[in-house]
Amino acid sequence: MLKLTNVTKYFHRGSVNEVLALKDISLHVRPGDFITVIGSNGAGKSTLLGAVAGSFPLDEGTIELGGVDITRWPEFKRAKRIGRVFQDPLLGTCASLSIEQNMALARRRGKTRGLSRGVTGKDRNLFRTSLKEIGLGLEDRLSDRIGLLSGGQRQALTLLMATMVRPDVLLLDEHTAALDPKTAHQTVLLTEMLIREHDLTTLMVTHNMHQALAMGNRLIMLHQSEIILDVEGEAKQDLTVNDLLARFYAVKGEEFGSDKMLLT
Amino acid sequence: MTLFALLGALEQGLVYGIMVLGVYLTFRVLDFPDLTVDGSLPLGAGVSAVLITQGMDPSLTLLFAALAGFVAGMVTGLLNAKLKILHLLASILTMIALYSINIRIMDGPNVSLLGVRTVLDWWIEAGVPPYYASPIMFGLVAVAVVIALTWFLHTEMGQAMLATGDNRQMITSQGVDTDKVIIFGVGLSNALVAFSGGLIAQNQGAADVNMGVGTIVAGLASVIVGETVFGANSVPRAVVACILGSVVYRIAIALALGMKIGSFSFTPSDLNLITAVLVVVALTAPAIKKRFM
Repeated sequence: MLKLTNVTKYFHRGSVNEVLALKDISLHVRPGDFITVIGSNGAGKSTLLGAVAGSFPLDEGTIELGGVDITRWPEFKRAKRIGRVFQDPLLGTCASLSIEQNMALARRRGKTRGLSRGVTGKDRNLFRTSLKEIGLGLEDRLSDRIGLLSGGQRQALTLLMATMVRPDVLLLDEHTAALDPKTAHQTVLLTEMLIREHDLTTLMVTHNMHQALAMGNRLIMLHQSEIILDVEGEAKQDLTVNDLLARFYAVKGEEFGSDKMLLT
Repeated sequence: MTLFALLGALEQGLVYGIMVLGVYLTFRVLDFPDLTVDGSLPLGAGVSAVLITQGMDPSLTLLFAALAGFVAGMVTGLLNAKLKILHLLASILTMIALYSINIRIMDGPNVSLLGVRTVLDWWIEAGVPPYYASPIMFGLVAVAVVIALTWFLHTEMGQAMLATGDNRQMITSQGVDTDKVIIFGVGLSNALVAFSGGLIAQNQGAADVNMGVGTIVAGLASVIVGETVFGANSVPRAVVACILGSVVYRIAIALALGMKIGSFSFTPSDLNLITAVLVVVALTAPAIKKRFM
C-alpha cells in the first residue's frame, strides 16, 4: 500500500543548524495496517508523517502509494488519497466557516471544485447522520461556526472529515496530545471506531506508550531519525511498557534508567 | 450638506463600492493585502476609455476593462504563489509596472471622454435627470455585483477561497491547490477594481494615469468602516457592508470637505489625512466601545 524506500531528510541542509531528521528510512505499510509510531522528542516521528503527506521535498529516497511513485507529488495532490489529523486542533478546520461548510469542503476532497453549491441539502442529511454517530450533539449545530467549538470537538470533526472520503492512508500526528485526558480518551475511541468502520490503513504518532501498545496491529519505534523497532501481530500484543523501554536501551546500547527522554 | 452633494457622495460611494468589493476579496477573504488596485483601477479606466474612443459599445468596454484587471491581478498572484515574493511586495511591483503599461495603453497620461457616448447616456436619453442617472445606474450595478459575489462565495470554488484565507494547511489537506486559488482570487479582485475604474472614467468623462492613487486606502477604509458600522457576521452581510461602508466613507469625506470652522476649511489635499484618521477611528471603535460598556 505505502512504501518508503531509503527516505532521507535534512532540515537547514548546509547551514550550521543542519539536522538529519530522517535517516535512510525504509518502511512497507500493508493494506489494513494500523501502525503506532513512538519515539523520543526529535526522533523524527512527525517528520515521517510529513514526508508521507508531502509537507516538504525529500533529500533522498522514494515514496510509493498503491504502486504509484508519489515522491514528487505536491502536498495538495497527495491529499486526494491521504487523510490527515494534526496535533493542533486548530489546524484541521476553518474557524470562520460553519460546521457544514467545513464538512462540505472535506466531502469534496480530491474532486474538482466548480460552481455548484458549496453545501447542498444532500450534504446536510449526510452530515447529520455521521455527526449523530459520534455523539457530540453537533448534528443540531450544522450552521454554527467552528470557532465556537472546543478543541476536542474540533479534533473529532477533523477525524470525521479526514475519513469522509475514504483515504488510502490515514495519518494521525499526536492528535490526542493537546486534549484533556477525558476528551483524549473519547477521541481515541472515535479513532478506533472510524478505522474499523472504514478498514483504514493508518499511521498514528503518539507520545503515550500505553496508547501505542493498546492500539493497532503494528508498532514502530524511532530513535535519532531511524526505525529501531518494528513489531506486529502477536509479538506486539505480548509487548509491555517495560519491554519497550528495555528494547529501546538494548538497541541503542545505552544505560537503562534515563527513561525520561522516552516518557516526556 | 446639499442634496446635490449627497447625491454626489452616494454616486461615488456606489461606483467605488465595486472596487471595495475587490479589496474585500483580497484583504478579508484571501488574507492577501493587495496594492495592485492602485494600478488596476486606472488600467480599467484606460482600457474602457480607449476602446470607447475607438468606437466600441461603452458597456462592452467594461468587460475588457475587467479582463485586463483580471490579468493584472493574476500577475500579482503568480509573483506571490509561484515566485514566492511577499504578497505586499508582489502587489507593489505589479502596481508600479502598471503605471508604465497604463500610459502605453492610453498613449499618454490621460484620455478624455468629453462628448463621447458612455453607459450613462442610455439613462439620460430615457428621460432620467442627469444627476439621478449615475446613482441609479451605479446602484443597480452594485446590487448585481453584490448578488454575484455572494453567490460565488457560496459555491464550491468560493468556499475553497474562503478556506484558503482562513487556514491554508486545512484546505491543502483537503486536496486544494492554494496557489491556483490565490492566482484566481487576486485576479477576480482586480477584475472588479478595473471594472469599477471603467465606470468611474465614463462617469467623470476622462481616464487619468494618476486616478488610482490612494485606491487601496479608500478601499480599506470602506471595508473597515462597513464592518464596524454594519457588521460582518456572515458573507452576505460582509459583502453588503462593503458597499454601505463605501457610501458612508464618501459621505464622511464630503462632510469634512464642506466643513468650515471660522476661517479654516479642509482642502482636497487633506483627504489623505482625513482618510487615515477615519481608518484609525474605525479600527479602534470596537475596542473603545467594549471598554466603556
